[in-house]
Amino acid sequence: MGLVPDARSAILPHMTALPRKFHDWFATKGWSIHPHQQQMLDRAEAPALLLIAPTGGGKTLAGFLPTLVDLAVAPHDGLHTLYISPLKALAADIKRNLTTPVTEMDLPIRVEDRTGDTPASAKKRQRADPPHILLTTPESLALLTSYEDASRMFKGLKRVVVDEIHALAESKRGDQLMLALGRLQRLCPDLRRVGLSATVEDPAAIAHQLARHPDPCEILLADPGPAPDISMLTTDEAPPWSGGGAAYAIPAVLDQIRQHKTTLIFHNTRAQAEIFFHNLWLANEDSLAVGIHHGSLDRQQRERVEGAMVRGELRAIVCTGSLDLGIDWGDVDLVIQIGAPKNVKRLVQRIGRANHRYNAPSKALLVPANRFEVVECVAALEAVRAGALDGDPRGPGPRDVLCQHILITAAAGPFDATDLYEEVITVGAYAALTRAAFDACLDFCATGGYALRAYDQWQRLLQRPDGRWQLRDPRATQKIRMNIGTIQDTDTLKVRLKRSRGGKPLGEIEEGFAASLTPGDTFLIGGQIVRYEGLREMTVEVSRNAAKKPKVATFMGTKFATSTQLSARIIDMFQQESWPELPAHTADWLALQREVSQLPRPGRLLIESFPHDGREQTVIYGFAGRNGQQTLGLLLTKRMEEMGLNPMGFVATDYATLIWGLNAIDTPAPLFDLDALQDGLETWLAGNAVMKRTFRASATIAGLIQRNTPSARKSGRQATFSSDILYDTLQKYDPGHLLLDITREEALRGLVDFGRIEEMSRRVAGRIDHLKLTRVTPLAAPMFLEMGRVPVKGAAEEKLLAEEAARLMDTAGIADITPQPSNRPRWRVGY
Amino acid sequence: MNCHDFSFASASLKALGSGALWWPDEALLCISDLHLGKSERVARRSGQSLPPYETHDTLTRLAADLAHSNARIVVCLGDSFDDLTAAAALPDDIRLWITRLQAGRRWIWIEGNHDPGPLEFGGEHLQELTVGPLTFRHIAAPDAQGEVSGHYHPKADLQARGRRISRPAFLCDSNRLILPAYGTYTGGLRSHSDVLGRLMQPKALAILTGPVPTCIPMPR
Repeated sequence: MGLVPDARSAILPHMTALPRKFHDWFATKGWSIHPHQQQMLDRAEAPALLLIAPTGGGKTLAGFLPTLVDLAVAPHDGLHTLYISPLKALAADIKRNLTTPVTEMDLPIRVEDRTGDTPASAKKRQRADPPHILLTTPESLALLTSYEDASRMFKGLKRVVVDEIHALAESKRGDQLMLALGRLQRLCPDLRRVGLSATVEDPAAIAHQLARHPDPCEILLADPGPAPDISMLTTDEAPPWSGGGAAYAIPAVLDQIRQHKTTLIFHNTRAQAEIFFHNLWLANEDSLAVGIHHGSLDRQQRERVEGAMVRGELRAIVCTGSLDLGIDWGDVDLVIQIGAPKNVKRLVQRIGRANHRYNAPSKALLVPANRFEVVECVAALEAVRAGALDGDPRGPGPRDVLCQHILITAAAGPFDATDLYEEVITVGAYAALTRAAFDACLDFCATGGYALRAYDQWQRLLQRPDGRWQLRDPRATQKIRMNIGTIQDTDTLKVRLKRSRGGKPLGEIEEGFAASLTPGDTFLIGGQIVRYEGLREMTVEVSRNAAKKPKVATFMGTKFATSTQLSARIIDMFQQESWPELPAHTADWLALQREVSQLPRPGRLLIESFPHDGREQTVIYGFAGRNGQQTLGLLLTKRMEEMGLNPMGFVATDYATLIWGLNAIDTPAPLFDLDALQDGLETWLAGNAVMKRTFRASATIAGLIQRNTPSARKSGRQATFSSDILYDTLQKYDPGHLLLDITREEALRGLVDFGRIEEMSRRVAGRIDHLKLTRVTPLAAPMFLEMGRVPVKGAAEEKLLAEEAARLMDTAGIADITPQPSNRPRWRVGY
Repeated sequence: MNCHDFSFASASLKALGSGALWWPDEALLCISDLHLGKSERVARRSGQSLPPYETHDTLTRLAADLAHSNARIVVCLGDSFDDLTAAAALPDDIRLWITRLQAGRRWIWIEGNHDPGPLEFGGEHLQELTVGPLTFRHIAAPDAQGEVSGHYHPKADLQARGRRISRPAFLCDSNRLILPAYGTYTGGLRSHSDVLGRLMQPKALAILTGPVPTCIPMPR
């Protein structure tokens, strides 16, 4: 709960008195109320309040105190306070922690949680007889609002507490939640909203999202506590040139684990966590208790690790962002971040969570995984010291979420379009939504859009004679409810040990990875090496394998892009005469780059070209973040294809794109004309895999494609296939379709990240330094070891095919036997 | 140039990049495994909805091939419809379109395992057809000579400087020629598969479809 003994008893004038019972209870605990807790109590009647407080600052109690006091003095029938957290685990945790004061003070308060894990019988009872305080998630709340009896269940609701709102605010889950709150506010006009947030760069933006538009939202800032103690882990051995494993640092990390009580070891991707955990165990001679926790692991396995952690049985946990939020971390006294943090804000929040002691600084170590990340880590440390948090402003509320909201509303009963529109624009993110845009979403929900209106399955709403809208087929409610949510799981397949009757579940791997496996391949999951045996229905069957090293590197995970602010810091660092703050191995590397080529400079774009590996290589140091560099790679290869330069593929990192092909680039400037790139973007966007992925996500959220259900799903590949073709179909027959419009908007600010390319283009303003070199440069070398190379299928492929075919026919000695050379084709067929 | 010329059972043939077979001397165009109405059948049987318009897409390509070749004879080598119900359920505009394509040509529907039995479309319905040295049937028969068949949806792949290229392909040896599937949404069977390996002679060739049809020894 984060109540702590605090010597600074803060007595404020005009404060709302704490009831005797509470006062006594605080006293028996030896606690005093934090100033921000008192402030929250004083402002209990404010329509919306945002509290920004560090972890361990009694933030959650601050959110609940007004509720507990109100319920203690004035008994209430039915639901009083709704608590929303981004994580199921957090809801369960808060329930435990609330039970303590409620039982110890003998308060007449019933607290229950409701998540996807709650048994159906309990859920049913909760709807008929709701508790005073209901703890839930945005998805479960959206589901509740889809029932016809929603107005009865939420009758009398007085307060909503949104925990970890900074995490929700960055995603569509937050938009969905705020739409649901808009609905609740209509049912209960006096509803008070409270948001609890970690430190963020722009509290006003979150306040705008939280409050009913145009209500004001006061922001309370709690004492941020002492600055974190954070540094880079120095090792005797230099980090490798590329990769994210950080295996070199294992001895040093083990040393740190020994010196601390409990250490959390964060990784940016699941794959890296798996490899690191595996290597850690190989080196763990003292058999320190170390566990692993990430989102792909089987739930039971995760729960076991969480339990062991709470009981203090683990010395270290190797984890990913799945452990980032809210779960009670127990007595963690060290956070190690493996790999560059990519984003300063996330780093600060992550470290902030480590410490439950309010007045002691939290301690953290950064471990760069490769040579470039040494520079990145040092830049991030500077940013933390300067208090410079990064973040990009969010755009207007996404329309796919709105489409889902319209369907959810329809599931609850007939509605009036104007009423719903007015409700939607009370949500901050949708305040600027035009009626026309709303009507387009409504039309999509009703008919599926122009190209699809002939198809029955997408005809979902009809307008009644009284003008209100209702579901065409009441049975659709079930489909709509099953489709609720905005989290996009990549399609994953369960992994099990192969046994006659279905062995132990180990976790999940991404389908794309599973598809790349052939029997006999070995890979890592849950820290063990397994051998791929085969695919049975939707399960990957594996056997244990004693190999020391997995054959197939691993599966993918989330990849974050280095933020604009951090990238700028790195380029600035490059300008120094020397780098005393960097370890010698890295400083030497940069110096060598300066000697044989040059270092990227602010306001200029460095491009290096050189032959390597039998191909012409070009490296563009755009510093546009991974997604931006990826898009740049796609756009440039497309232009190169048009110019007959036969590009064959590219790979992108956060700072550069490497393109290889059959021809060298002589004059890169024409390639970089922003207008031309933008033109290319429009046509390229149409047929691009990134767009298809984005389309798939938006189409699922908006209800055009049904979320895969275990029974309906034969293979995820099928679903990908069909959403891809649906995308192509709409492109061809209805290019103005709402969902294509949404997809473009989403992709531009998400995976495509064209904004970063525009930013790069502005920064560079045509100042290109093109260096033609004879061999790979130090800064370019790591690019050749990067994973995730993207092939370009164009003229180069036809050339290669012809070349290879000639070779094969020649080898087979049948080149001159069968195929007669054609004299001349008489006609041509469009392929 | 987007056809590959070859001779088979003494007939001079052209494998088109689209997957159609063109026999100039007879002005005969042969396509196999159109699987028209597939999304309808998939929706009917599994509840999964494949996107619409795939029939439209297949016919667009066929119309282009017909326009370019001006074929006098069209042989649909079986599995032209995903099943008989799908054939019956094709919307009116599609039926009209097929009729327009048929106008002025001899049109033969060879029966396939997906569409056995008579269809209510114009044209001849045959088990198999013999024209000169060539026999057209849906599934390859044992010990056949000069046989043109479909059914297997063959595809072939190869590695070219580290890049894997995989495409629907014609398979050809001295006795048989197997056509790739022409329909949109038709998967493929790799030429490495046992069944194709047994069916084709050791010196068989594969002609990969695509912008430039390319002939290679059949990968196995």
